Parts: sequence; structure tokens; C-alpha cells
Amino acid sequence: MTEAGHLRVPQWQTGQLAPVAAAREDVEGPVLTGDARRLAERTIAKYPVRRSALVPLLYLVQSEVGWVPRQGMREVAEILGLTTAEVEAVATFYTMLKLHPCGKYVVSICTNPSCALLGGRALYERAKEILGEQCEHITPDGMFTLEEEECLAACDKAPVLAVNYLFYDRVSQELLERMIEGIRAGHVPEAARGGVPGELKDVSRTLAGMGSQTPPQPDTVPAGEGEGGGAPGG
Amino acid sequence: MAEFEPVLTARWGNPDAASIDGYLETGGYQGLRKALDMEPDAVIEEVKASGLRGRGGAGFPTGTKWSFIPQNTGKPVYVTVNADESEPGTFNNRELLERDPHQLLEGAIICAYAVRCHTLFVYCRGEFVWPGTVLERAVAEAYDRGYLGEDIQGSGFDLDVMVHRGAGAYICGEETALLESLEGYRGQPRLRPPFPAVEGLYKSPTVINNVETLSCVPHVMDRGASWFASIGTEKSTGPGIFSISGKVERPGNYEAPMGTPARELIEMAGGIRGGKRLKAWTPGGSSTPYLTPEHLDTPMDFDSVQAAGSLLGTKAMIVLDETDCVVDATLRFTQFYAHESCGKCTPCREGTWWMERVLRRMEAGHGRTEDIDLMHDVGQNMLFKSFCALADGAVSPIDSSIKYFRDEYEEHVRLGRCPLKDEGRPRLEAASPRSGGTTGETAQELPEGRELSLGEVLA
Ligand SMILES: Cc1cc2nc3c(=O)[nH]c(=O)nc-3n(C[C@H](O)[C@H](O)[C@H](O)COP(=O)(O)O)c2cc1C
Ligand code: SF4
Ligand code: FES
Repeated sequence: MTEAGHLRVPQWQTGQLAPVAAAREDVEGPVLTGDARRLAERTIAKYPVRRSALVPLLYLVQSEVGWVPRQGMREVAEILGLTTAEVEAVATFYTMLKLHPCGKYVVSICTNPSCALLGGRALYERAKEILGEQCEHITPDGMFTLEEEECLAACDKAPVLAVNYLFYDRVSQELLERMIEGIRAGHVPEAARGGVPGELKDVSRTLAGMGSQTPPQPDTVPAGEGEGGGAPGG
Repeated sequence: MAEFEPVLTARWGNPDAASIDGYLETGGYQGLRKALDMEPDAVIEEVKASGLRGRGGAGFPTGTKWSFIPQNTGKPVYVTVNADESEPGTFNNRELLERDPHQLLEGAIICAYAVRCHTLFVYCRGEFVWPGTVLERAVAEAYDRGYLGEDIQGSGFDLDVMVHRGAGAYICGEETALLESLEGYRGQPRLRPPFPAVEGLYKSPTVINNVETLSCVPHVMDRGASWFASIGTEKSTGPGIFSISGKVERPGNYEAPMGTPARELIEMAGGIRGGKRLKAWTPGGSSTPYLTPEHLDTPMDFDSVQAAGSLLGTKAMIVLDETDCVVDATLRFTQFYAHESCGKCTPCREGTWWMERVLRRMEAGHGRTEDIDLMHDVGQNMLFKSFCALADGAVSPIDSSIKYFRDEYEEHVRLGRCPLKDEGRPRLEAASPRSGGTTGETAQELPEGRELSLGEVLA
């Protein structure tokens, strides 16, 4: 199954899935207020059918909280007229929606073969050593979450490391060490493309579609059409 | 080969080409102009005549796909660009988005015009934060200059484009899973039929095309179907971008005519790293069976690669040299599939999980000879017995590695360890030099991403 972030472990090494946290953390609501609420409505209006805005709205929650707590899912469910279970079913499917508190910087290291052949796994191991035991969840200083990543579609630049999904090419262990030191000291280096990565909250805002300046008009789907379109096997 | 002029990557050396001014100065949007002067059906005919086949993996004829779209059903028609590129080893869509976003957009607009669609979605892989942003900027520019929105270039044709970001799931590249995801559900494939052409997004007729496929379309319209068909082979026409990675001197995207022999492509990438010998390679990403040095003269077109026992897939060549362990690489691919299986069908969900365990045992040196046949058996119970092609793709590396490298599995069992694990080897090889780019006479050095230096990182 495509696991949520909190289940990610270096599978190539252990193959064991980490146990799901027994008591799920949550936050006190509401999380989508004022501006965020208006942005949510604007996002929904971009789609022909409201439900399409589900993942963008979860990204919006993540941009407010830094992760996606159940409280956020409840609010999104209410906005879209869904049950919390329906929202949770979707939230748990996608690895970029973080279901537990995450560091400000999610460090992803690709260990798929093209990167592995050039040292991707060793890089991952080194990162784990530097960041410590809890880093696949969140480091004690709240700065980092380390994730083992599947192919990032930049295999020519192996081994690839990403900070909040902006990529760094051909990262050596030495460079990795310096990067982590630098970020800890408040100096986030510029990525190979796309500038200096912001915090996970900022990136989540971009992913929610807030970078787009082109809200198209709602389409002319006949009323009711498509609402049931998700039934598998439809 | 010598006279091949890059088509899809022609602007890659020009950093201005990502902006609409740079694009227009280099002949951009000419194909769209021609298309808008034609009847939509004539555009479909032109694309059919070009022989263009989908670059997303299956090689379905693009014009034919467009012609399946029924008109006047009372429902809107949708076009969805598949920019979810996540097949291990595949990385040309990312570079097409970063370096020439308007080329894709122009192709997508032409497609929308041909099938009479007024709302187009780009499903952009979540991890593509930057490529997606480049595309969003291009979309905004296109609106600004009247290439999107109402009455495009005075033609009376209206089109809105929206970039939708994915959230990290390989399966969402599968077209019906993509539609589920775009509708706000878990990205799990749908049963077909009905095919998306009849009941796709919101149960409306929908075209889904890959980024590279659509990037070909402006050139088909601008220079004509017969020009396009004159490149490549009879049944795999046009240019293609080959992603070459792993143990080659200069990994990168290389554009060449479809049907270029694998050997030439690997030479373009500088040959095998450090003068070592080639051991195995994939022609089309992790889902396509491995081939060996024997197959190097295979022309890289859909039919020839299939005749050689593999698939052209996404034209992604992952290269292993003599020091790389095939069992280990296969294990890593299998872990990918076990992680990315959407869990909907039992053979795929359970099969990938068990295969991973058996392979890990093998690689760790605790394998048994029977495990080899066991894996083959499990594969047979997955192959063509699952909902979508992910399961078939998962079987590819396993079956083909057993076929060609059975002795390596046996060696693992006999020695009780990986014969190639060498503790003395450096844990991280030196980074590869800069990547490739375009080929042919006009081969160009591409502007690279920022290379980070050690000194600047330290606070
Ligand atoms: C598991 C799986 C993953 C896929 N991922 C992608 C992808 O990331 N990008 C893509 O264009 N096609 C992908 N495809 C193929 C699509 O289903 C579809 O065939 C393609 O987008 C059609 O576009 P084309 O006709 O232009 O090739 C995938 C297929 C499968 C089975
Ligand atoms: S074959 Fe695998 S990925 Fe495809 S639908 Fe079945 S479980 Fe999901
Ligand atoms: S294998 Fe690491 S980016 Fe593709």
C-alpha cells in the first residue's frame, strides 16, 4: 500500500514497517480560519466538481499546521460535505500529506536503483546517522524529517536529495553533512533548480495551487454529473 | 544519425525559451496557428498521419486515441496531461517541463482544439514542485498573451487550463488511477471498459496523454505529418528522448530518432562508466524486462524491443555494469512495487510483498535454490491476473533476471552471501559529470542546475 509518511522506513534495509503510532496526535481546532477559509472556497471554485479540491484542501491544512491532523480532516470533510472517514481514506493514500508532526524541512533521499548504483543508499544511511534515531518521524529540534524516496525523476543527477521537494544534484556525503549543519544554523542552501526551499508549510501552499494565478471558470458539467464518478469499476 | 537535428530538445540550450517571449522568438505557437486555421477533425487526421505513438509507456497511436472521443454527448470533453512521471529511470518529462513548458502547452492546446475540449487539466507529480511552478508561470503567460482563455488568437476557441498537483503515489500515473485522484479519491485504477475516451473524468469523454507525446504535437502541425513520419522507423515515427542513467559516463536525456540502436545511445552517454563491461540494462524503465549486452544492437522502437523480449516503455535505460549485483537491483525494484502497489488486487498486493521478502532473504545470503522457482511461480500468479499493468511491471525485473542471471541467484545461494558485495569499495562513488542533452550535429552543452559547493553551505 502506498503508505502515509509516518510508515516510511528504509525498507531496502529492514523491510519492516514501523508500527503505527498507537494514539494519533491531533490539534485543537479550528485550523482553517479567515484567509485560509476563503482560499479553500476559491480552490473549490476552480474545479467542475467540489470533491476534486480534496487533496488541495489537505495541502492547505498542511500549509497552516505543518502537517495534516485529524482536526484538519474534519474541517475539510465538513467543507466538502463528506464524512471524515472519506477524507481520511484519501489522506492516508498519499505520501506527501503528512499525518504526523514533521520537521520544517523534509529531507528526501532517493534510493531507487539509478541513485543506489551511485551511492544513494549510503547517503541515506549517513543522513540517518547524522539526524539520529527519531529522524524518520521528526528530529528533537523540530527541524527535520528524513524520508527514503522512490525515484524522483532526476536519475541523471544521482544521487538525488530533495529538501521540501526542491532537488540537489549529485550530493556527496560531505555535502550532505554541511547542508544539514547549514540548515540547522538557519542557512538553507539554494537548490539546483527553483531557488531556496521554504518551510514545509510554504511548499504545501504552492502544492495547494496557490501559486497558480489562473483560476479558470467552473465548467459546465450538467448538475449531478460526475459526482458518483469515483466508484471503482464505474 | 549524423544529420539528425534535435526537435523536442532544440530549445534546451536556451534558458530564455521557458518564457513566452523566448518561445515565440524561436518559432513557438506556429503549430497552434496552423491548427486553428483547420477543422478540428483535420487536425486529428494530421496527427494520425504522422504515426505519432504515445510516449507514456503503451505506445498507443495518438491520433487514433483522439478520434475515439465522441462528440455531442451532452457532456463536456476533457483533456488531461499526464505529468506524473514516476517510473524509475524515467526523467524526460521533468526536463521538458523545466526547459520548454510552452512546447507542452502548445501541444495540449492543439489537442484540446482537435477534440473540442474547453477545460484541460495537467496532473503534475507532487514532487515536481519546481517543474510545476515553471508550468504554472507558462500558463499565466499564455493567458496573458491570448493563447489561453476566451477566443484564443481570434479563433473563437476557448480553453481553460488548470495545473493540479499530485501528492506522491506512482500509481496515479496509470490513467484511470489519475482520474480517480483528480476527482478526489484514492488513486486506484478503474475497471475498463468503459475507457476514458467514453467515460473518463467526471464520467465524461477524456483524452489522457503524456508530456512528451504532447510536446511532439506542435512540430507535427508546424512541419507536417510526413516530415514527422520521415524520422524514426515506419511503425515508431518521430524523434524520442531517451533517459539514460546508472553506470554510464554522462547520464542524461538524449534525443534521437525512434529506432536508434541501444548501443549508439549508450555511446552518446559516454559509454559504460570507467571502461567497465555492461552487464544488464532496461530499455524502458523498471517495468520493462532487463536486456543484456547481446541485445545492444536492438533498434529502440516499439516493435524491435518487443521482439527482443522486452518493452520500449518510457525509453528509460538503466545501465548496470559488471560490478553491480542484479539480485540487489531487482530487490530494490521490487521494493518499489511493493510500496507503490495500490492494494486493490490480491495478486499484486500480496505478490509484491512476498517477492520482496524472498529477494531480501536471497540477497542477504539465506536463500534456497527453490526460491528461484518460487519467485517465478509467484510471478506467474500475478502476471495478467491483476487490475492494472503495475503488477505486470513488477514481474518484469524478477522474471528477466532469472532468465538471464540465474547463475547469479545460484551463486548467492551457494556462497551464502552476495558475491559482489565488496567491503573495500567506496560507499559513495564520485558524482557523475554533467548530464547529456541533445544529440546529433547540433549537440549542445546544456545549462545545468546550480552546483552547490561545499564552501558556501557552511553557515
Ligand atoms: C503503473 C502505471 C504507471 C504509469 N505512469 C505513467 C506516468 O507517470 N506518466 C505517463 O505519461 N504515463 C504513465 N502510465 C501510462 C498511462 O496509463 C497512459 O497509458 C499514458 O499516460 C497515455 O499517454 P500516451 O498515450 O501519450 O502515452 C502508467 C501506466 C501504469 C500502468
Ligand atoms: S495491479 Fe496493483 S497497482 Fe494495479 S490496481 Fe491492482 S493492486 Fe493496484
Ligand atoms: S533513481 Fe533516483 S532519481 Fe531516479
